[in-house]
Amino acid sequence: MTLLARIAGAALLATASLAHAMLPIDTWQLDNGARVYFVENRALPIVDVSVDFPAGSGRDTKAGSGLAGMTLGLMRLGAGGLGESEIAERLADVGAQLGSRFDSDRAGYSLRTLSSATEREQALALLARVLQAPAFAADVLEREKARLIAGLKESRLKPESIAERAFSTALYRDHPYGLRGSGEIETVATFTADQVRTFFANHYFSNRATVAIIGDLSHVEADAIARRLTDALPRSQEDAAPLPPVLPLEAAFERDIEHPASQSHILMGAPGVKRNDPDYFPLFVGNYVLGGGGFASRLVEEVRQKRGLAYSAYSFFAPYAELGAFQIGLQTRKEQAQQALGVVRETLRRYVDEGPTDTELEAAKQNLVGGFPLRIDSNKKIHDYLATIGFYDLPIDYLDRFVPSVEAVTAAQIKDAFRRRVDPDRMVTVVVGGHPKVQ
Amino acid sequence: MKYLFPSFSVLLSASSVLFAAPACALQGDVREHTLANGMKIIVMEDHRAPTVASMVWYKAGSMDEVTGTTGVAHVLEHMMFKGTKGNAPDMFARTIAAAGGRDNAFTSRDYTAYFQQLHKSKLPLALGLEADRMQNLVLSTEEFGKEIKVVMEERRLRTDDQPRALLYEQMMAVAYAVSPYKTPIIGWMNDLENMSVEDARAWYHRWYAPNNATLVVVGDVDAEEVFGVAQAKFGPIPAHDLPARKSQIEPTQRGIKRVTVKGPGELPYLLMGWQVPVLRNLEKDWEPYALSMLVGVLDGSDAARLDRTLVKEARIAISAGANYDSVGRGPGIFFLDGVPAPGTTVAELESALRAAVRKIVNEGVNEEELKRVKAQVIASQVFQRDSMFYQAMQMGVLSTVGLPYNSADLQVRKLREVTPEQVRAVARKYFVDDSLTVAVLDPQSLVQRTAAPAN
Repeated sequence: MTLLARIAGAALLATASLAHAMLPIDTWQLDNGARVYFVENRALPIVDVSVDFPAGSGRDTKAGSGLAGMTLGLMRLGAGGLGESEIAERLADVGAQLGSRFDSDRAGYSLRTLSSATEREQALALLARVLQAPAFAADVLEREKARLIAGLKESRLKPESIAERAFSTALYRDHPYGLRGSGEIETVATFTADQVRTFFANHYFSNRATVAIIGDLSHVEADAIARRLTDALPRSQEDAAPLPPVLPLEAAFERDIEHPASQSHILMGAPGVKRNDPDYFPLFVGNYVLGGGGFASRLVEEVRQKRGLAYSAYSFFAPYAELGAFQIGLQTRKEQAQQALGVVRETLRRYVDEGPTDTELEAAKQNLVGGFPLRIDSNKKIHDYLATIGFYDLPIDYLDRFVPSVEAVTAAQIKDAFRRRVDPDRMVTVVVGGHPKVQ
Repeated sequence: MKYLFPSFSVLLSASSVLFAAPACALQGDVREHTLANGMKIIVMEDHRAPTVASMVWYKAGSMDEVTGTTGVAHVLEHMMFKGTKGNAPDMFARTIAAAGGRDNAFTSRDYTAYFQQLHKSKLPLALGLEADRMQNLVLSTEEFGKEIKVVMEERRLRTDDQPRALLYEQMMAVAYAVSPYKTPIIGWMNDLENMSVEDARAWYHRWYAPNNATLVVVGDVDAEEVFGVAQAKFGPIPAHDLPARKSQIEPTQRGIKRVTVKGPGELPYLLMGWQVPVLRNLEKDWEPYALSMLVGVLDGSDAARLDRTLVKEARIAISAGANYDSVGRGPGIFFLDGVPAPGTTVAELESALRAAVRKIVNEGVNEEELKRVKAQVIASQVFQRDSMFYQAMQMGVLSTVGLPYNSADLQVRKLREVTPEQVRAVARKYFVDDSLTVAVLDPQSLVQRTAAPAN
């Protein structure tokens, strides 16, 4: 090898490692079993921290629907000897922002604070209490129940909520993913502080925690923070029990619900895809062409651009630990609901039959590959990935693999995956506010 | 991913005090350049990631519309994606998508803005497309005919079937007698039904000119290079005379106004708005800063007064909030809103909100509360530096409403200087019934509605 070639090679290597060094994710496990995912980024004087547990609504029972969400919500409303107002005031005093994450799988808190010592210390001390010593005062619980029930009563009348409920129930049937995160009026009314405490005791363990940290701090500091946020939690002898599988639909399900709104809300879908699913990338890329790619997608083209039937038309796969929903949605003036539904059905059927054209696949890859830098161009976005990679135990080089994984998808793979995973003859279809019998 | 055109109409969030202030004291290096045709270019270099946020702002929003064609600013925003002399309809979005970018647009009372987020190497592509549609838009009857239907669906989705949005629409319509802020951004449905492609064309020719536009770029770029590309793309577009903007000052309100809206639902909703000033002179004004601080005291965090006293302690509200935007071309409104808890009437909640205000008038706010709000202002200034989009957004808003876009330090300083006495003074001066509008959502049970004949 000539000197010049060696230099050129070294330069190439340097460039490549720089690309990787863009996101050097540091991960380790604490003695208490918690797993930590960390990226040091000194560009801004900010620290983002989150701690998540497998304690989402998928851990609820039908009779106790909403308990997981209520438990998480109450944690910040009194903890470690501090009342809700004291916690709120002390956070506000240092400008810290405390948020929560809650879905079918996950429950947890995230904190954004300035990295300066005083502010960071005060904010983390509060998060440590919220995570490890929530009070679950009966009085606060009763107030929150009343507020939640009022909201649930209101949502009973909203066409989008009605559609979402009917859709989830039909799609998941007895699976806990079909339970509404906020619960039901009847179930929430029965919650007691003891039930909340028991739920917390059964689901919040140090060795089930995923800690994600990014920002202006060192590995050593991140390690100390992770310990501080989880050391006081009990350790479970077991991992979280796996959720039951979501079963495929046995038959098509259609439901029309009357509603006086001016628009019909149409939802169509079926159980879709998991995290770590071998079909994930073919379905993800394929969905860009179907309804994930905005103006570049077939659904928007057929429903909106060609016919002016709706403002928004979309499809997505929501990946969870078990099969999350594949969902298509749109809203249209109720007199044309059946026409729009026909267009959606025809578009889906044709796509499943034929798959994407080469041009469409190329456009999808151009967007997803070319747009990859936008997925990680802020601490907030990287932090979300850290938390997700950690919680689902995705490969640590998940982000490095993203572009090659997209590029490797072929039209044949998409067609094959859609044919196996999406059956247009076996879908849940819910129309709220349509004219059911009019053709 | 839904493809949306947000209209920044209802923003009753708790964080307005934070949003009211611009980029932080640690603001990045901002450079400005004005092309010979009058187009202003603002560039902030942010080298944390190889991406850019690029926005073209037009000083033309719904407040520039006239009776009978309300909503045309927003309709034109939609039509800007419907093809130019050299680009077929929807090719704009498809081209940006194929470049790995995301793009969208939004219309407000004060402005219309178009943005792209993409890899820095694609910035010239985006600027070329923006320059193209600034001068070469084709407004075909056929595309307009389809798109106006889309806009009507958008109105149904976001306003007609949303009782609280309808209430807000009525609140604005009643609160203002003269100011063009009285009409909804999306337009009245009947105006949309009667709108023609000629209305859109007239709007385009009236307002879409380089001398009515500002380009804002934030990202991993070199400012000089951006000026060069901007000159190449936008420089050749000729300026043209803009119509005179009539001031349309709202006459002094002389007495309380009340409006009720009936809509499907179970929970009533109360929205109260007082006429207040907004920022016109960043250095000399002090009242808008004091009003921003007052929002923070009432609703800046979970520790703020309304949530603590009405929701948590007295438990007479499901939620309660305050909102005020100190930045705008038109007049200002200070909002209080809330949902009464079961067993509490709207009238009782109104009394409680008035009492919260009266308490500040009578007793003032304490130094500790104010210090807390200031801490949040400063922290949020730092936090928002994590988003290129947000930084570009703030500079675009300030520039378009006619305020210095690089006034971050000044605004933070002015907010920090606000005293408890000043907060009390603005409360005393502005929270008077003569300038108040009260809007109430009267919920109608769905059972009654479905029992009635089909509407």
